[in-house]
Amino acid sequence: MALDPSFIGRTYPPTEPYEVGREKIREFAVAVGDANPVYVDPEAAKALGHPDVIAPPTFPIVLTMRASGQVVQDPELGLDYSRVVHGDQKFSYTRPVRAGDRLTVSVTVDNIKSLAGNDVLTVRGEVADESGEHVVTSVMTLVARAADEKAGE
Amino acid sequence: MAIGYDEVEVGTELPAQSFPVTRAALVQYAGASGDFNPIHWNEKFALEVGLPDVIAHGMFTMAEAVRVVTDWVGDPAAVVEYGVRFVRPVPVPNDGTGSVVEVTGKVAKLLDDRRVQVDLLATYQGQKVLGMAKAVVRLG
Repeated sequence: MALDPSFIGRTYPPTEPYEVGREKIREFAVAVGDANPVYVDPEAAKALGHPDVIAPPTFPIVLTMRASGQVVQDPELGLDYSRVVHGDQKFSYTRPVRAGDRLTVSVTVDNIKSLAGNDVLTVRGEVADESGEHVVTSVMTLVARAADEKAGE
Repeated sequence: MAIGYDEVEVGTELPAQSFPVTRAALVQYAGASGDFNPIHWNEKFALEVGLPDVIAHGMFTMAEAVRVVTDWVGDPAAVVEYGVRFVRPVPVPNDGTGSVVEVTGKVAKLLDDRRVQVDLLATYQGQKVLGMAKAVVRLG
């Protein structure tokens, strides 16, 4: 059940713009239980020098996970999504995501390997704003556990 | 009240926090994040794929852990890098109480440009759930 290694290095065109709304940021902040006013109160955000409310550091996953579907759900890749767990995740920020942003994600398959029988897929998502400026890079590693292995590693 | 670069040294501890994780929180996070993988809300499905119970989204735990950093610095925009490895799942029983993730952090390195590396330790029942959990933070 190895993944198709020809996907390594494959890049995908930028996704359609995702418009970041204040209420979506609020919904996400509430869902993670984070009461920092900079996520919900434009005045609190402005007091810190931001033009509008900003999003929590892990918010970009909302866009980048969806964008990675282009790779993950491609039947040619051969990934058994029912056995996939998130292996690791890294964000590198030029600036925080903020309300009013219109963001695109450009996806690249950084690596595919087999580790102890598990398929390991590394997908990078470069998030840019409307003017093409870099906002954040997400690097996500997904692990498809071997069929007979017990979960929880 | 931003933390200044000159106020910290290697070993400076950030205020520790405990984060409850309930089934309701996972449903709410699924909706907010768009991650509807049934291992995070459907016990039957989770057991069928070999998990001990419904487990928390790794991204939920990652979101909680960084609050130790963002609550410390005040402005979350100070975080310039943040990465974790999901080394062990957090099972969330359907008992109305759920689980608790404990997070501590300390300054591990002083970097250039008034940045520091903070190493985070996130545990559930005394066992590490995030590995290599690090944030690079630009201080005032």
